[in-house]
Amino acid sequence: MPKVKFITLESTCVPLPFENVDTDQIIPARFLSATSRQGFGDNLFRDWRYTKTGEKNSDFVLNNPDFTGKVLVAGKNFGSGSSREHAVWAIFDYGFRAVVSSFFADIFMNNALNNGLLPIVISDDLLKKLHALIQKNPDTKVKIDLEKQTFTIASTGDSVNFDINPYKKECLLKGLDDIDFLLSMKSLITSYENNKSQ
Amino acid sequence: MNAKTLFDKIWDSHVVRSIKDGPDVLYIDRHYIHEVTSPQAFNGLKDRGIPVFRPGKTIATADHNIPTKDQHLAIRDLLSRNQVERLNENCQKYGIELFGLNHPKNGIVHVIGPELGYTLPGMTIVCGDSHTSTHGAFGTIAFGIGTSEVEMVLATQCILQPKPKSMRITLEGELHKGVTSKDIVMYIISRISASGATGYFVEYAGSAISSLSMESRMTICNMSIEMGARGGLIAPDETTFEYLGKIPSIPGIENLKSSVNEWKKLQDDPKAIFDKDLKFDAGLIKPMITYGTNPGMGMAIDDSIPLTDNNGNNASASFLKSLDYMGFKPGMKLLGHPIDYVFVGSCTNGRIEDFRAFAKIIKGRKKAENITALIVPGSKKVEEQMAAEGLIELYKSAGFEVRQPGCSSCLAMNEDKIPQGKYAVSTSNRNFEGRQGPGARTLLASPLTAAAAAITGRITDPREFINEEQKVKK
Repeated sequence: MPKVKFITLESTCVPLPFENVDTDQIIPARFLSATSRQGFGDNLFRDWRYTKTGEKNSDFVLNNPDFTGKVLVAGKNFGSGSSREHAVWAIFDYGFRAVVSSFFADIFMNNALNNGLLPIVISDDLLKKLHALIQKNPDTKVKIDLEKQTFTIASTGDSVNFDINPYKKECLLKGLDDIDFLLSMKSLITSYENNKSQ
Repeated sequence: MNAKTLFDKIWDSHVVRSIKDGPDVLYIDRHYIHEVTSPQAFNGLKDRGIPVFRPGKTIATADHNIPTKDQHLAIRDLLSRNQVERLNENCQKYGIELFGLNHPKNGIVHVIGPELGYTLPGMTIVCGDSHTSTHGAFGTIAFGIGTSEVEMVLATQCILQPKPKSMRITLEGELHKGVTSKDIVMYIISRISASGATGYFVEYAGSAISSLSMESRMTICNMSIEMGARGGLIAPDETTFEYLGKIPSIPGIENLKSSVNEWKKLQDDPKAIFDKDLKFDAGLIKPMITYGTNPGMGMAIDDSIPLTDNNGNNASASFLKSLDYMGFKPGMKLLGHPIDYVFVGSCTNGRIEDFRAFAKIIKGRKKAENITALIVPGSKKVEEQMAAEGLIELYKSAGFEVRQPGCSSCLAMNEDKIPQGKYAVSTSNRNFEGRQGPGARTLLASPLTAAAAAITGRITDPREFINEEQKVKK
C-alpha cells in the first residue's frame, strides 16, 4: 500500500528545548486505549499542554501562537522510553512532518521512519544555535531536502548534511511500503524456514 | 573465521537477507503481543486482506490496561474493555494462542513468556513493548518494536532492522547484603545515563552476573532499555538450563537434553571484540534510588542529590525542571523523606523472588499508616506460588493486600494511579513525569528498599533491616 512521500519541506519551527523527552510525555499511557492510528494529536504532550483542570497551559509552546510550523525542534535524547508508536502518530497527527534533535532514542527513530515523520540529527552546537534563533525570531525557517540530505537554516544559510539509512530514504522519497517489500520476499522467507528446520 | 560475539551469532543466523546499505531482513522466532500495541497492526492486515503468516509463533496476553481488582467483572473503562475485546477477536480470527484476562496462565507478557517456556536460548524475540529486553536473560536477542513492526512480523514473521553495535558490560566482585540485581542495573544506568547505550545491544558478563538467579538476570536485562540499549543479553549457563528444566513442558521441545547441548554453544568466541567494553565493580554498589524523572537520575540511597546533571552541567534547565517536578533540590538527602505509596510489581520486579525479598523485611512487622501499598504479582502463576508459600497470608498480616496480576501502576493505564504530587517508591522501571499518574512522583528502587519504605513510611536504607536480621540470627 503506497504511503505519503517526503521530498522537501520548508517551514517555521516549534521549539521544545528539553533533554530526555520520553514517549510518556509525548503521549501519556492513559491515552493509548484507542484501536486506530488517528486522533492522537489532540493529546500530544497532554500533561504539559493542559493544566490539571483541563485548561490550556499558556506557558507551553504549543499554546503559544508565535510558534507554528511542521518542524518540531527538540532537545537531546528525544523519544526515549516506551516503544509506543502512538508517540509518532501523535506528532504526525498534530501536523509535524520532521523532528530535529542532536540525539534520538532508537525505537522512536525506527517508528518515525516507518510513519513518514523524518527524524533529523544535527550537532549539539547547531541545535543550540537553532533554538536561540527561533527564540529570537519565531519566523525562523528551515529547509529540508531529503534527496540531497541537507538541512538548512534559511536566515543564516547554515547548511548541514544529515544521515539517513539509504533504504529508508528510498522508501520516504517514493512512498514505498515496508510490508509490501517484505511480502515480496515470502519465498525467500519460506526457504529460510525450511533450511532451519533441517 | 572472524571471532564472533554471542549477539553476532544469534543475529547472523537469523538474517534472511541483507539489504545493501539498508537494514537486515531478520527472522523472528517468537512474537509476543498484548492489547495496547497490536490492534492497529491487525487493522493493517485486514486492510491488506492478508492472514497472519505464522500464527503459531505469536503468543498473546492482556496485561497493560486490565484492572487488578475484580478481574472476573467486565472492565469498567470502555476504551480498555474495547482493546481487550479486539485482542480476543483478533486472536480467535487469526488462530493465535491467547493467555487473556481470566485465563489461568494470564500475566505480564515478559513474566509469562519465560515461565511458560516460550522464551528459549538462541531465539530472536520481539514484542510491541520496550521491556522485551527482559527475555535476553536466557541468551536471546529480544527487543521492543513499534506497531508498524508488529504488523511486519504478523504479515511475514520478519522485520527490517539495522544491526545495532555491540557493548559488553562486565561486573566482577561480590554484591553486599541488601543489594539486589535491581540496584546493579540502576547503578549502571546512573553511571552511563539514560542514553548511554543508545545504538547498542548489551551483553552482561562477569562473576557478579553469573552468580545471579534467572529472575535477577531478567530484572537486569529488563532495564537495558532504560540506558537506551535496544536490548541486553546474558549467555545461557547451568542456571538457565536448571530454570528451563523445571518447566513442566516446554512448547516445541521434546528432548531438553539435546537442546541444552546446542544451547551450550551460545557463548562469545574468546577473541570476540565489542564496539564498547565497560567494567564495573559489584562491590561498590549500594541500594539505589532515583531522585529525578529519568532512570539515569539515580544514586546510592544514602547519597545526596548531585549539584549537576549527568553531563556535569550545573543547574541545566532540564535538570532543574526534573527536580522541581519531584519537589527536590540539588544537594538534598533523601533518607527519611516521607512517602505516600509503595508499588511492588511490573515486568521488572513482579516475579516470585521479588515478593520473597519484600516478605523478608515485612515479616513480623506492620505497614506504616501513611502508606498505600499496591502489591501486584506479575502473573497468575506468581500469585499461585505466593499463596503456596504462605506469602499472601504473610502480606495480609503485615497489612498489605495482594492484587491480581497486570502491569498496573507501572504505567497506570488502569485505575492503579498514584495521585498528583504523591511520592511512590516503586519497583517498576520508569520514573518519567506522570508515568504512574498525572503529577505522580516516582522513586525507583528494589523490592527490599520498597519494603523498608513501606514499614517506616519514609525513604529508608533496607540494610538497616537486613543487618538487624543478621544480629538476631547471631
